[in-house]
Amino acid sequence: MKTDDLIAMLSTHVEPVDRNKVTRSIAIAVAFGAAAAVAVVAVGFGVRSDLGEDGSFVFLAAKLVFSLGIVALSSMYLTRLARPGGERKTSLLIVVLPFIAIMAMAAGALSMAPWSHWDDEVMGQQWVECLISIPLIAVVPFAVTMWAVRQQMPTDLRKAGALAGLVAGGLSATGYALHCMDDSVPFVAIWYGATIALCAAAGALLGPKLLRW
Amino acid sequence: MSVNEPALKALMVAALAGDARAHRELLQQLSSYLRGYYQGRLARTGRGVADAEDLVQEALMAIHTGRHTYDPAEPLTPWVHAIARYKLLDYLRRTRVSATDVGIDEAEDVVAVDDRVGAESAFDLGRLLGRLPDRMRQAIQLVKIDGLSVAEAAAKCGASESAIKVNIHRGLKALGTAIARERKS
Repeated sequence: MKTDDLIAMLSTHVEPVDRNKVTRSIAIAVAFGAAAAVAVVAVGFGVRSDLGEDGSFVFLAAKLVFSLGIVALSSMYLTRLARPGGERKTSLLIVVLPFIAIMAMAAGALSMAPWSHWDDEVMGQQWVECLISIPLIAVVPFAVTMWAVRQQMPTDLRKAGALAGLVAGGLSATGYALHCMDDSVPFVAIWYGATIALCAAAGALLGPKLLRW
Repeated sequence: MSVNEPALKALMVAALAGDARAHRELLQQLSSYLRGYYQGRLARTGRGVADAEDLVQEALMAIHTGRHTYDPAEPLTPWVHAIARYKLLDYLRRTRVSATDVGIDEAEDVVAVDDRVGAESAFDLGRLLGRLPDRMRQAIQLVKIDGLSVAEAAAKCGASESAIKVNIHRGLKALGTAIARERKS
């Protein structure tokens, strides 16, 4: 095939291109992932039974600020990294901020709590459930996000995969927060933080395989 | 020689708005940059430059089907370079040479120019098209090769215009993948 023939073919009847397509594809994937995570939790786990009692809304809101903060930051960076060359000027340090913030708050809370309460604060009632549930709920958001990212031709597949995993982990934690009744800051910092980071690691690992185009 | 970034970017912006002539001009200019880039890189890795034209065409397909990923707020050259380099690394990975042999390259490298008129790849368009699903092949044949308008092609196929557009887009993407697979086999 002659290159000139290929060019002639490609430039016959060129359609105008929607410039917001990258942002919109990723936004749709995130919205779909969020809906999937919430649906799985609402149907499979049930929303926490004490909702409406003292303070439960405040605790829930605090957890959502953490998880949605991660989703917002990481999906913002994902729209850059999903494009060819997007890794060029993008530093990923900012997406770590929510983790650092909650770790600092957890350290503060622990330093004020008596030693005997540490076990309760850190392990909560359901740390095993949390550890298993968040990666599990993240599966659908992860698949949808990776699919959307692949369409944008990322060139740093490891970083793009890690960010997609982070988005999925954040979405999953958002859903799980509706169910989870462990409200201590150290619990959220450690178990939510670790499982979300695990999702990001899985993304970094799978990115080079799943995101190839 | 330096790349004429403002001129290329202007062509790209016009192409994104649907200007076919600008799109053609853009692809033509980029093809000579890409040719110089791939020939230089392949020579540096000790490969023959015979595959350079295949890579040029793969990169052109990716630039075309992925043009929505270009952000006009950014310069064009780094975007083209990222695609060119990705395709090169992908090629080297498939043909088993380590990426470290390629070395670091700068966006300026894409500008090396070698204008070879009538450059040809080893791919046979007819054969590649033959492997696509009928809907896609027909849409590409009618609109992109025979030059019918989307509306005419839609009437001829008894499909909606948006279906024709989708089939062209998916078909071209599949064609790009088929090229890569062709080389592997």
